[in-house]
Amino acid sequence: METSFTPLLSLGGGLLIGLAAVLSMAFLGRIMGATGILAGFLAPSDLSDWSWRAAMIAGMVSGPLVVTLFTGTAPDIAVPVTTPMLLIGGFLVGIGVTFGGGCTSGHGVCGMARVSPRSIVATAIFMIACFATVYVVRHMVGL
Amino acid sequence: MLKLIISYIVGLVFGVGIMISGMANPAKVLNFFDIAGTWDPSLAFVMGGALAITVFGYRFVLKQPAPRLADTFHLPTRQDVDLPLVAGSAVFGIGWGIAGFCPGGAIPALGTGRVEVFVFIAALLAGILTAKALRRRNRAAAAV
Repeated sequence: METSFTPLLSLGGGLLIGLAAVLSMAFLGRIMGATGILAGFLAPSDLSDWSWRAAMIAGMVSGPLVVTLFTGTAPDIAVPVTTPMLLIGGFLVGIGVTFGGGCTSGHGVCGMARVSPRSIVATAIFMIACFATVYVVRHMVGL
Repeated sequence: MLKLIISYIVGLVFGVGIMISGMANPAKVLNFFDIAGTWDPSLAFVMGGALAITVFGYRFVLKQPAPRLADTFHLPTRQDVDLPLVAGSAVFGIGWGIAGFCPGGAIPALGTGRVEVFVFIAALLAGILTAKALRRRNRAAAAV
């Protein structure tokens, strides 16, 4: 499925993601990583630790509504994979980010910005693994 | 209360950024990784924009004595590259390439109400809980 090249929207979205990462550190002293926020939400150390994570997740989930209010159209999402692929992929992502200690936001943005060796290695590996997987799935298996 | 409001706003800024960037759209994510096929390089601009702001923002913020609403900056201190980091990141990349969603893309996408997102998040949570259980068992075995 073709998608159109959107450098300005993607750059703008990236700037907002960066802004959120900086605000999170400036006010809460926290890395803006989806894996870490979610892990702490599932197993919080106490109620106040749970509540800020719940508020942040609620803010994230409000994103599509706010985009719709401003632009008048719902954000464009197309899922070109089957339900079994969502289930297998989702399960592997959950296993991987837990052992790897982070995902695209935590390692790829926050950790890379701090020039953390662990994050640089993690980001290089998950990007290469993703390129290889998409090649295998699309061009060798042909899904 | 202020901490909750700020947390909500941080989440909202992230969520809006994710939605307009294309990171919540598996078609676009998978096309970024499909150089041999229907390649769409847009997502390089997401990473570039996010890193540009964060590199300079962190440099300023981390010079402050403490965050505004917390006692300390919670920064990871580990520097060692170990097997769980390498293998976990590889497994994450494989899952991302199969499903097209990453955690930070999928959480905001829940707000679209699309059933595919809920399917992915359910599997993601199952994976996180399974990994945590495995890790607990390994630790218990190592402690014996």
